[in-house]
Amino acid sequence: MASAPLKAQLTDLLNSMFAMDFLDEQFKELQMLEEASGPGFLAEVVTLFCGDAERIISQLSVLLNEPVVDFGKVDANVHQLKGSSSSVGAKRVALVCVKFRNVCQENDKEGCIAALHEIRHEFDELHKKFQTMVQLEQQIQVLDSKQMN
Amino acid sequence: MGSVELDPKPARRRWRLHQSALVVLWVVMSMMIWVGLYWYIRRQSIRNVEEGLVSMCEERARMLQDRFAVSVNHVHALAILVSTFHYQKEPPALDQETFADYTARTAFERPLLNGVAYAQRVVHTQRELFEMQQGWVIRTMKREPSPIQDEYAPVIYSQETVSYIEALDMMSGEEDRENILRARATGKAVLTSPFRLLGSNHLGVVLTFPVYREDLALDVTEEERIEATAGYLGGAFDVESLVENLLSQLAGNPEIIVKVYDVTNASEPLIMYGPDLPDGFPSPSHTSMLDFGDPFRKHNMVCRYSKEPDVPVSATTTASGVFVICMLVGYIVYAAWNRYDNVKEDCRKMEELKKQAEAADVAKSQFLATVSHEIRTPMNGVLGMLDMLLDTKLNSTQQDYAQTAQVCGKTLISLINEVLDRAKIEAGKLELESVPFDLRSTLDEVISLSYSKSREKCIELAVYVSDGVPEVLLGDPGRFRQIITNLVGNSIKFTERGHIFVQVHLADHSNLVVEQRPEPGLNGHNDDSIPTASVSANEDFDTLSGYETADKRNTWENLNKFLSQSSYSTQNGSTHNSNSELVTLVVSVEDTGTGIPLHAQSRVFTPFMQADSSTSRNYGGTGIGLSISKCLVELMGGQIWFVSRPGIGSTFTFTAVFQRCERNGAVEMKKDTLDILPSCFRGFHAILVDERPVRAVVTKYHLQRLGISVETVGNVDLGIAALTSEKGKLLSGTKRRCIFLVETDSCSSKNGSIPFSSLEGSCKGSKLHLPNLFLLATSELEKERFPGFSDYAFIMKPLKASTVAACLQLALGVDSQNANEDGNNTEGPSSLRSLLVGKKILVVDDNKVNLRVAAGTLKKYGVEVQCVESGKDALALLQMPHKFDACFMDVQMPEMDGFEATRQIRLMEKKANEKVKAGEHGTEDEMAGMDWHLPILAMTADVIQATHEECIKCGMDGYVSKPFEEKQLYQAVAKLWASANS
Repeated sequence: MASAPLKAQLTDLLNSMFAMDFLDEQFKELQMLEEASGPGFLAEVVTLFCGDAERIISQLSVLLNEPVVDFGKVDANVHQLKGSSSSVGAKRVALVCVKFRNVCQENDKEGCIAALHEIRHEFDELHKKFQTMVQLEQQIQVLDSKQMN
Repeated sequence: MGSVELDPKPARRRWRLHQSALVVLWVVMSMMIWVGLYWYIRRQSIRNVEEGLVSMCEERARMLQDRFAVSVNHVHALAILVSTFHYQKEPPALDQETFADYTARTAFERPLLNGVAYAQRVVHTQRELFEMQQGWVIRTMKREPSPIQDEYAPVIYSQETVSYIEALDMMSGEEDRENILRARATGKAVLTSPFRLLGSNHLGVVLTFPVYREDLALDVTEEERIEATAGYLGGAFDVESLVENLLSQLAGNPEIIVKVYDVTNASEPLIMYGPDLPDGFPSPSHTSMLDFGDPFRKHNMVCRYSKEPDVPVSATTTASGVFVICMLVGYIVYAAWNRYDNVKEDCRKMEELKKQAEAADVAKSQFLATVSHEIRTPMNGVLGMLDMLLDTKLNSTQQDYAQTAQVCGKTLISLINEVLDRAKIEAGKLELESVPFDLRSTLDEVISLSYSKSREKCIELAVYVSDGVPEVLLGDPGRFRQIITNLVGNSIKFTERGHIFVQVHLADHSNLVVEQRPEPGLNGHNDDSIPTASVSANEDFDTLSGYETADKRNTWENLNKFLSQSSYSTQNGSTHNSNSELVTLVVSVEDTGTGIPLHAQSRVFTPFMQADSSTSRNYGGTGIGLSISKCLVELMGGQIWFVSRPGIGSTFTFTAVFQRCERNGAVEMKKDTLDILPSCFRGFHAILVDERPVRAVVTKYHLQRLGISVETVGNVDLGIAALTSEKGKLLSGTKRRCIFLVETDSCSSKNGSIPFSSLEGSCKGSKLHLPNLFLLATSELEKERFPGFSDYAFIMKPLKASTVAACLQLALGVDSQNANEDGNNTEGPSSLRSLLVGKKILVVDDNKVNLRVAAGTLKKYGVEVQCVESGKDALALLQMPHKFDACFMDVQMPEMDGFEATRQIRLMEKKANEKVKAGEHGTEDEMAGMDWHLPILAMTADVIQATHEECIKCGMDGYVSKPFEEKQLYQAVAKLWASANS
């Protein structure tokens, strides 16, 4: 099995992500779903999530840079991000989102900016790990399919 | 925080600087006031002194003037006398003797004059004649015979005092000559400038009066006057003596120096009178004009003080006083200001501390929130795993264990919420819910929670709810459970042997309990007077486990009373009970533990109080439970009290008021709280062998809840007898299944397992199969005592209906499908799959990630999923006719949210349905005749009541939480299909 070390690496990565609270139960659900609905599902969801989150975060920074901040829009965006991150099981991002919404509801611009930084930080970390994960999965798939052939 | 602390310091320094500047300014100002006041008072006093001087000076001047005028007048009179008697008489009636005599005698009239003399006007032509007449030669002032002059004025008459000037020619003296010329020209008295008088050598002034030969008219010319002049009357004023005389008359003020000047020549005043002292002090001084009746001459008087006037003492004292007052006022203001400053500073500190305290409070809340969240997260994992475990194939016991674990987990989560609520209780902010709930299953949950602990300690834990208590009540089940859990938890903690018995009765028929509520002080003191009938029997009490209890009322006798009363009320009192809306329950939790020490009984309900410090060491806990329970009981409109005897046990009793709720009104009751018991045991008959009536009642209660009729007997032999009689009934045709339940201690009291073999024997004899035999065991250890029995034959305590049901199911092999006739218990992925497989579902969510995950989850159950990302797309796809079986709709979406989309869908459906009714579509539409109603489920992240209501309002059929939770999804979908099918 050429893919075995890669698989071990993947498992390690995922375990560390669980241990560091990057991911929660919901991600396990997704993993189970992948078993059910075939390979690529997880990668697809994760890619979707990353793109989505990236878009929302850049939108948030635009919104917060404006002289008069429209907190309603900010809140809606954060809500979106919270929804998608909890769907993926990105626990830490979701938690920061909750925090963000709290400061946002208080119309606390400083707090919002701080929270945005935090979100960006968390997301960047997660994004890196997700990228590694997706790469590993793809490599495993390639190897597996080769083996099949 | 840092900036807040740093900020006041420079301000404070600035303020200090400011303050010292103010102090200096104030001192300077006070001194200025002091100086100003001093000068003011001094000037005032000087002005007074000056005014005094003026008045004194004026007074002296007037007096001097008056005296002078009097003397002048008298001289005038003398002139007239001379004129009258010397010239108008022929021969003259006046001679030197007469004149001297007269003037001497009238000298008092002229106090200011040294003396008077009369000089006759003698023209040179008449000189010889005159000299002959008089018999002397006219002499000059220097007493020499006069040289030849145009005219002469020799003195012919003189007062004795000035007799030395007789025969002297007055015209020979400079001053006198001038005087004479002026006097005769004006006809008035004239004065000389001051000069040294002859004789006395004093400074003096000579007054000269002209004497005319006849009376002259007023308007005569100067020449005529000169012509008419006969002689001159003169008088010498000795000013020095005059003024001294005057001043002595005025009781002279020695402080005043008076000087009199002749100021006819203004630039060169001639002194007439004045001491030879220096001028005195230049100021203050006053000058008064003097009028001596000679318009040609001008005189004035200058007065001065001899000494500098004293500055009055008051000037210094008053000013100093004011200064002192100013300083005092300044000090007071300063001190007040300082104090104010300090207070303000303190206030600021307080404010800071308050902020800190508030921050700490917030931190506490956050801590609680975080910790509870942190606990909840792993608990969710545990619950999820249990969920998954329950999905696997388990036998009934395993299933029960797993379910128990799950229930415990759920209770733990709610307990965490309760911990959070503790703060609310303390703040008085807690509000009780009012929802329908099943009291019995709530109590079962309590048992589940305390299950493992009681089993560990081999304590018998039992619950009994009397029949009169309505099945469904309106109230707060969570809080009610919290109270009981608390009490039971405490009991378990402090009980090592015996039992814990929870009883619930209606207050109506437990009146005796309420009435007999003991004085707390009596607790433990009635050791001697325990009149229990059973004490004498075999030191065994008629209680659940046979141990003595603190509250003797909870013995079998009393329970029996309740039973009879409750059966009475269920038969007769149902009408009168249901009339009242409120139900008052009496709940008692009885244990046979260590009891509460007497000294601690008074503070049992005080928060964070435990019997003594060793308690928390031995048993743990914070001691807040009872205080929370007390608060909750009071919120429920009840009371809590206890009876406790150290070493014997405690009984806590409380009352609580709930609203009655009809069973059919509880349709919306949450499925979770309404634990539906399997109905497959209905019609079963059980024979219960139990020597303890109290325990038997409890077992009977649980069995009856399963629909099993129970017959209780005291020992195994009687049981067998009952069985045989039952067999007779069975033979008679009723198809009742019979079970035989034996308490482990009740069977061992006889000779081991022999009774059972005899039972077997008696059964073999009959055509019927052996009745199922069950042993009611408190601990696992007891299983070993009965080696002949399989595991299935044991029902482990504590009893609760569902446990009993599970055990019976397992042992009897009753068909579980049969048991779940109403289909409520078939939960799990397989059933979910069966519900969902092949369905076509539209999922609407603007969040792609959510969409993908939802789709993946649903696909797992074999659903054909179609995804769209907005409400509008969904509307487009749902144009009639369509083939979707259901729609999952996200609530929060941009443009068109889930509610609006649903409203539009419902509108479309309504139109379509109307058309169908109108027959427009005809029969070619395959869906014709069917009402369009697409089941729509809302997907929402925060499941709150308001959202739920809104979902229903806009036409949705239900909601599921995001991300999907299997059980909830199942419930929602099942409900959906059920309603759709009906």
